Amino acid sequence: MELDAKCPTGPIETRWDRHQFSLKLVNPANKRKYTILVVGTGLAGGSAAASLAELGYNVKCFCFQDSPRRAHSIAAQGGINAAKNYHNDGDSVYRLFYDTVKGGDFRARESNVYRLAQISLNIIDQCVAQGVPFAREYSGYLDNRSFGGAQVSRTFYARGQTGQQLLLGAYQALERQIGLGAVEMHPRTEMLDLIVIDGHARGIVTRNLMTGKIESHLGDAVVLGTGGYGNVYYLSTNAKGSNATAIWRAYKRGALFGNPCFTQIHPTCIPVSGDYQSKLTLMSESLRNDGRVWVPAKKDDMRPASQIPEAERDYYLERRYPSFGNLVPRDVASRNAKTVCDEGRGVGETKLAVYLDFRDAIERLGKHTIKERYGNLFDMYERIAGEDPYQSPMRIYPAIHYTMGGLWVDYNLMSTIPGLYVIGEANFSDHGANRLGASALMQGLADGYFVLPNTINDYVASTKLAKVDASNASVRDAEEQVVKTTNKLLHNKGTRSVDSFHRELGKLMWEYCGMSRTAEGLKLALSQIPGLREQYWRDVKVLGSGEELNQSLERAGRVADFFELAELMCLDALERSESCGGHFREEYQTPEGEAARDDEHYSYAAAWEFRGVGNQPELHKEPLTFEYVHPAQRSYK
Amino acid sequence: MKIILHIWRQRNAEDKGRMAHYEVPNVNEHMSFLEMLDVLNEDLIARDEEPVAFDHDCREGICGMCGSMVNGVAHGPKPGTTLCQLHMRFFKDGDELYLEPWRARAFPIVKDLVVDRSAFDRIMAAGGFISVATGSAPDGNAILVPKEAADRSMDAAACIGCGACVAMCPNASASLFMAAKISHLGLLPQGQPERYERAVAMVAQANQELFGACTNIGECEAVCPKEIKLEVIARMNRDFLMAKWTGRGTEEEA
Repeated sequence: MELDAKCPTGPIETRWDRHQFSLKLVNPANKRKYTILVVGTGLAGGSAAASLAELGYNVKCFCFQDSPRRAHSIAAQGGINAAKNYHNDGDSVYRLFYDTVKGGDFRARESNVYRLAQISLNIIDQCVAQGVPFAREYSGYLDNRSFGGAQVSRTFYARGQTGQQLLLGAYQALERQIGLGAVEMHPRTEMLDLIVIDGHARGIVTRNLMTGKIESHLGDAVVLGTGGYGNVYYLSTNAKGSNATAIWRAYKRGALFGNPCFTQIHPTCIPVSGDYQSKLTLMSESLRNDGRVWVPAKKDDMRPASQIPEAERDYYLERRYPSFGNLVPRDVASRNAKTVCDEGRGVGETKLAVYLDFRDAIERLGKHTIKERYGNLFDMYERIAGEDPYQSPMRIYPAIHYTMGGLWVDYNLMSTIPGLYVIGEANFSDHGANRLGASALMQGLADGYFVLPNTINDYVASTKLAKVDASNASVRDAEEQVVKTTNKLLHNKGTRSVDSFHRELGKLMWEYCGMSRTAEGLKLALSQIPGLREQYWRDVKVLGSGEELNQSLERAGRVADFFELAELMCLDALERSESCGGHFREEYQTPEGEAARDDEHYSYAAAWEFRGVGNQPELHKEPLTFEYVHPAQRSYK
Repeated sequence: MKIILHIWRQRNAEDKGRMAHYEVPNVNEHMSFLEMLDVLNEDLIARDEEPVAFDHDCREGICGMCGSMVNGVAHGPKPGTTLCQLHMRFFKDGDELYLEPWRARAFPIVKDLVVDRSAFDRIMAAGGFISVATGSAPDGNAILVPKEAADRSMDAAACIGCGACVAMCPNASASLFMAAKISHLGLLPQGQPERYERAVAMVAQANQELFGACTNIGECEAVCPKEIKLEVIARMNRDFLMAKWTGRGTEEEA
């Protein structure tokens, strides 16, 4: 298969403009004749559904939560980047583009990233107009802060609830369209298969989670904004319901999966406290602006933090990276935390934590200022950890947070199945091997508000689709498969709960495909996952019926997909014999212990094609070329 | 520690429902409340009993999906805290807890502790927005917002739509929920053009959904996990009355 990314050529500054002009348009009066199915209502899906309806398309929108306002975008805390240069500190579209390509460790497309940086400007404007209550200066102008890995102040924020406020903006725009009758909303409805007819994505099979009814929805194009797959690790900062089922079933219908092994570990999360742990909670990395990260200089130092004198503390990030200090990008901060804990210098009961200390900032700025900046985060920490971070330092440890990989899409955000678009975290496109802080919100909204509503017109205008209805063989086949899988899970009569299997898979993945990876470990994981998956299908126990709300059944289907996805992630991680961004292979590091990229052999996006469960998928490569930002070793020294 | 639970079990909307008695031994003080329910559910599955259905998603207090009555108090005894953020260290060995779903005519029970809150979405669809189509916005700094207005707007915008306010209100009123949105948007310059119409449309929809009226009891404020202040309701009432006096808003009787 020849992968055509359809990237425009010529001067990068005008690529998106010229591309937009080359796209076909749909007559406004004709748009209502086309039905677009949008799955997921986070920043990407919600903004896309609203914007498509505003344009006049007939939109059907789906989410598994009880309301479109609950999608996990809501939990993003820190902020959203935009190259406004409101602070006259040297920012520009080009600098945001440069930072993002470099931050992604040269594994993203330049064309996509430049467009993202351009559109960042429109996003802020749009959100302000919607009434997103961004932080303001006393003058009434928008406030900014600098954020993980950036040396300019380009991050816009709404206290520690930026994701919530941006999502509510998109949700309100969506509700407005629902009220106008332009969007038909299906909450508590889960997509369980993609319907492909004559090579085109034409619909989805869903299960109504309240009644158990399995039905098909048909249309002219399908948009997946279903988020990332971090929950393959069981413990992550994702919501409990976040899952890969929509993108995974699309993969099994022929959409290629891009860079599955690129996962992001967030450095500032509240550490695991016990076996019952159900999820990990992230503390915004904006905390690193004022907090200092340290561990005791000596191994096995069990004294409380307050009794460890200054000279016996190792502020290891400030020591190793004098110019970026505590603000190094996420992958670098995470790996260093693991290194010091592996050395036996971790803190707390489990010794799998490092300190994030505000003592000096409180002395310098006063408790009032710190409270104003981070009050809600400090409260959250105290609620969960039971310690007051104004008095003693926070204990933090890295956790799975975001997945840069996802379904492969071209410049138009269309997957390898014509008519199937993938937006936001669900696609693989803009962050390369590592995502910078405050960039996920930017990408989700760029895709949903501004990119997809433009590019989808071209497909709709230039594709002649036959009329299809529910009697079509492909529709019936997809429905039958969903019914079969559901019944199999319900009548399995096994002995173990879904969660017990999920935890086991998660441990395996964290151990061998987590913060650092080796060929040996990945091979071991690849040898164990198929057996565990077979055991799952033999021995999983799902109680209750399929005709009503059954949360175990919902989870069972998602975990079945995680088992298959886990295998692909390990395979991709093994195949990529280099270290880049969040993918750290221990065999490939510089003498200083930093990630060593191999541009000669691995400057490509890996796109995997499904070949049947248990069979080796086929690897396709999309070569990456860099005309503007020349690959160099990322240095934050 | 050991916790004794009485949980409302109801198969579906038609089922009558009843309280069921469970015990969870070995509860760890660092567990969250929902993790304690996970442990119970794993135990129920092992005994071939159907697990307790409860809504939850982010488990970090922001999505608004979780919530139940704990000994008659929405989200349990700790102020300003969602059920998922309530930790077992606030309870002691042998505590007996009664868990019930939100009870309100506008929130029909789906199963066990799960209720249908789609009435909230319909209130939002009636007017909880600023009508701005994608692409029509001016530069962000072209609209100046005094810091105090932005801060107070954000205070109201923090609402997570969990429904605790309705569950706790003896009238099952949705006033705090609606007023939070009306204040969030009404405090900003961007929200002014539709300010009065918004209040009228949202209140009319709430009446249709059979939420009760506000009688200034204040239970909503006491249990709101985001500590939304009762003063937002005064703001809503002012906008609503102003709309009626000046003839703005829809013709619908609200």
